[in-house]
Amino acid sequence: MVSPLVCVKRVVDSSSEVVLTEDGQGVDGRFAGFTTSAHEECAVELAVRIAADGGGGATVLTLGDADAVEQLRSALAVGCTAATHVLADPQAFGPADVAREIAAVVRDHAAAGTPHDLVLLGNDAADSGDFQVGIRLAYELGWPVVNGVSAVSVDGGVVTASGSGPDGHETFRLPLPAVVTVLEGGVEPRYPTVPGRMKARKAPIEEREPAAEPVGPSRVRLVLPPPSPSTVQVLGEGPAAAPAVVDLLEQLGVLAR
Amino acid sequence: MILVLVEVSPAGEAVETSREAITFARDLAAAGGGVPIDAVLVGTPDDALVGVLAAHGVRRIHALTGAAYDSFSGAAWAAGVEQVRAGAGSVVVMASGTPRGNEVLAHLGARAAVPMAANVVSFGGLSPFTVTRQVVGGAALEEMQLSQRPALFTVAGHAVEARPADTHGAGELVVETPEVPDADLVARVVSTDEPEPDLSGTLKSAKVVVGAGRGAGSAEGFDDLLELADLLDASLGVSRVVTSLGWRPHHEQVGQTGSRISPDLYIPCGISGAIQHWAGCSSAKAILAINTDPDAPMVTKATHAVIGDLHEVIPAVNAEIRRRRG
Ligand SMILES: Cc1cc2nc3c(=O)[nH]c(=O)nc-3n(C[C@H](O)[C@H](O)[C@H](O)COP(=O)(O)OP(=O)(O)OC[C@H]3O[C@@H](n4cnc5c(N)ncnc54)[C@H](O)[C@@H]3O)c2cc1C
Repeated sequence: MVSPLVCVKRVVDSSSEVVLTEDGQGVDGRFAGFTTSAHEECAVELAVRIAADGGGGATVLTLGDADAVEQLRSALAVGCTAATHVLADPQAFGPADVAREIAAVVRDHAAAGTPHDLVLLGNDAADSGDFQVGIRLAYELGWPVVNGVSAVSVDGGVVTASGSGPDGHETFRLPLPAVVTVLEGGVEPRYPTVPGRMKARKAPIEEREPAAEPVGPSRVRLVLPPPSPSTVQVLGEGPAAAPAVVDLLEQLGVLAR
Repeated sequence: MILVLVEVSPAGEAVETSREAITFARDLAAAGGGVPIDAVLVGTPDDALVGVLAAHGVRRIHALTGAAYDSFSGAAWAAGVEQVRAGAGSVVVMASGTPRGNEVLAHLGARAAVPMAANVVSFGGLSPFTVTRQVVGGAALEEMQLSQRPALFTVAGHAVEARPADTHGAGELVVETPEVPDADLVARVVSTDEPEPDLSGTLKSAKVVVGAGRGAGSAEGFDDLLELADLLDASLGVSRVVTSLGWRPHHEQVGQTGSRISPDLYIPCGISGAIQHWAGCSSAKAILAINTDPDAPMVTKATHAVIGDLHEVIPAVNAEIRRRRG
């Protein structure tokens, strides 16, 4: 039986304009809305498949404020069977702090008789982009770690993970217990079904306090890059702009044939 | 002393992003009063590679060799780099912000229990040592302090342009065979397949790319766009929404997780211009955005724009091209 733990983070949906909080310590999501990091959505999908293949259950974990429960419910709606919420202000936690908190959950779950032998995380979060929580977690636990893979399977206590490397498609094989960080692109995260959503709404969620005081990120402040001055030349509106478009194509010399 | 992890291509050359990291290291070294720069790499470099690194100002090249380095393991590379660092007394270890660079430096950070900054674009000052790095996919910047030693960071791709140094470094080659504990070899590559045939090749080298996003509306909504691409002898590039919805294959995706293109002209139609898409098309020489929303980021960042429904604009453009060709 394989019972993976999969870690997700509530991040600002950065597909629209990014606005910073007044103190410059974070991204303000009040206008853009929030989502789960793309890499982690794929990690959730892989965790659910691995658990189903191995006859176990996948537990989803997040460290975040009260609203991050939404990310846990989304993962429950697509097949995770348990959820743990470390209630904390994620802004106050650096990558080493987050890794320590995940390790504390892994140890406590093992002590409680519901151990995890595989932890899946996103390769990097869409907001902080630190590229290191999974690796630091592996050192906390003393487990091996592979990074940036897009396919993961488990058979007979052995993890096979693969992804694209600089010289071709690389395959890693390593024993459980292990940590794996996932890059999007290898699997298509499934959409929640209506019964899935209903079940997720009622599913119990383990709530925890952080196990230790965070050291904090090494952040001084966030700033926005200076906006590049808009120099766009509007050629017109609707189909009436077609002659102007073709004039431009001629000017740029891309129409010649 | 500054130590830079250099990645070597299968052809035995220093990859461009590593040469960028060395170029970045030279500015840092100069600000620090001319501290030396050493490189560390896996494998035995040939004379040409040693020459290139020396030309970039490298004093000493530490080559990690031995069975532990026959196939990639992040922990094993970190073990080797850490031994070189300790021996050479480096206070700064740098790499390029590639998957390998970020991975190996994250291992070093975990081993030494010090912070690691990914994707740095500039440094602010030396005391305290402050760097600025890309976050939120490049939409924001973070100023971060690296006051512990060793200071570890990776350099974002194209943050600086790689260029040789004004004065050559000595380029002394030192071959090292560090002991790597078995525990660091548990998670290593067991096989590498030939890279898949790169179907995005023509997209990356195209002079003109016609782009399409959610605005295309459906898989059938591409007919006019494909006709335009045909008329202009252009490639089709799409946003991630289009590939996630299965309207077009993944190898046509432009962006952070797709291809990076630099055509003479990019014509994004019905694409909002999210930062992750912009990451792949910002080096186009000219951009003609076609969008119903005049405030879409793609429109405000473009060189030219047409405000309107692509399903009306594109057929009119196609007709106009055919008319002028007679
Ligand atoms: C980790 C990560 C990696 C990512 N990597 C990539 C990547 O590599 N490439 C990528 O593209 N995205 C990527 N994304 C997704 C990205 O954030 C955006 O969601 C995506 O680019 C939006 O695609 P779109 O512009 O087609 O769709 P939308 O954002 O929905 O925009 C559609 C646009 O079309 C316009 N429109 C609608 N109808 C019409 C019409 N009939 N005529 C004209 N205009 C119309 C609208 O005004 C709007 O501007 C990534 C996201 C994450 C989190």
